[in-house]
Amino acid sequence: MRTRRTLAVALCAIALTATAACGKDGTPGADKASAGGSAAPALPTYTVKTDVKLDSPALAAAKKRGQLIIGAKSDQPFLGWEDLASGDRSGFDIEIAKMVAADLGFTPQQIKWQTLVSSQREPAISNGQIDFYVGTYSINDERKKTVSFAGPYYVAGQDLLVKADNTAITGPESVNGKNVCTATGSTSIKNIQQYSPKITQFDTYSACVEKLMSGEVDAVTTDDAILKGYASKYATKLKVVGKPFTKENYGVGLNKDDKALRDAISDALKAHQDNGDWKKAYDATLGLSGSTAPQPPVLERY
Amino acid sequence: MGFLFEDGNFALFRDGFLQTIELSALSALLALLLGTLLAACRVSPVPVLRGFGTTWVTLFRNTPLTVLFFAVTFGLPPLGVHFSHLTFAVLALGGYTASFVCEVLRSGINTVPLGQAEAARSLGMTFGQTLTQIVLPQAARTVLAPMSSVFIALPRNSAIAGAFSVSELYSAQQTFSERGYSIFAIFFWVACAYLVISATVALLFRSLENRLAVAR
Repeated sequence: MRTRRTLAVALCAIALTATAACGKDGTPGADKASAGGSAAPALPTYTVKTDVKLDSPALAAAKKRGQLIIGAKSDQPFLGWEDLASGDRSGFDIEIAKMVAADLGFTPQQIKWQTLVSSQREPAISNGQIDFYVGTYSINDERKKTVSFAGPYYVAGQDLLVKADNTAITGPESVNGKNVCTATGSTSIKNIQQYSPKITQFDTYSACVEKLMSGEVDAVTTDDAILKGYASKYATKLKVVGKPFTKENYGVGLNKDDKALRDAISDALKAHQDNGDWKKAYDATLGLSGSTAPQPPVLERY
Repeated sequence: MGFLFEDGNFALFRDGFLQTIELSALSALLALLLGTLLAACRVSPVPVLRGFGTTWVTLFRNTPLTVLFFAVTFGLPPLGVHFSHLTFAVLALGGYTASFVCEVLRSGINTVPLGQAEAARSLGMTFGQTLTQIVLPQAARTVLAPMSSVFIALPRNSAIAGAFSVSELYSAQQTFSERGYSIFAIFFWVACAYLVISATVALLFRSLENRLAVAR
């Protein structure tokens, strides 16, 4: 009996320490105070439209169930992030999803988020498991065969993330002989290999960032949007070089046959670009990295 | 399924295959040496050594391998230990497998009749001599079958190293997936490669068993 009680107490202690540690580590805003203090830009709020009429089967189904199901990523700080303790989602992609949802007539409370990793995106969209997907989803011809895209809402490019005090790395030309880290098997490897043969690969970018902070690799490379997210998280320690050397158009992925929904999402993106919400959303998320907001991209309506 | 013979894929696949073999072989060697040492610790008359062996086995056998890889790759460099990623992988995989080798050997040691050790002692042999010349040779022969399972599992466990900057079969598979080849074709070839490695290990142990098995 006594041993069992001791065991229970010990387990509780371990569980408490574990959750405490998680809370400290997993909060993307941990470093935010030092970045912007109380003057940090605030997230925009969106007016939810009423009486939206669209000839879209996905939207009709969403209205019937009273919920919009949006696919997103959960592990990209300030881009598509889920706070595991509270279940709150935050980031630039999440804001894009919210502004589109508002124009389709759904409040943030009516959004059901669905975390999907990259390889599950096409099947989930074409099976109708989600209504649309917002999460660093590059528009390309191969994917256009199975899904369709509204947007682009952001133009990303492969860039380099370095320590804030690094002045030696100024662009891809200066990484020769330096140790660069990226994700196992990613297309970023092929692009950086032209500049440097020394490449470290881990299966997550957070592992690369960890190695960058401890000084074992000199730079991390992938799309600048992802890097800006990490730079926002550790605003005093890391920075993005700002010389993108490839071009990726991020779009909202949705069912291939749903032209009405695609046009509606494109209209929504355009409207929020024009009224300044897009810039506000950027400043309050990726902008915390110190990079100024780029021009919103021109929509591609096909 | 012809994708393997398209633009440079074969070189990537071959390099991954060789890297898997190299990693597995080095880890197997480390596991065998370390495992035997640990088994000796666990049956030794010195309480400190017994404690060390038990702690090692409990810790390494019950920790998920991914966590071990993480601990080694991310935990050692801040302590000033810098190796190549392959060496880190060998340390994690070898240390993990050593705990299984130790337990298999210990069970083998338990099958050797106590009288053998007593006879050796009455001849004036030390603990070390008794173990290496009388007990371990007999123990090793009885545990060939479970030992082969440990070493067949090892190459497959080595796939985790692919996520820790060792470019072996798993990371080759990741690259092929990202290039957009059919998942079925990729996994067919990767599975074949693992099958070849595992089958070779199994055959090796089969022939050892035929030669060394204890007749009782």
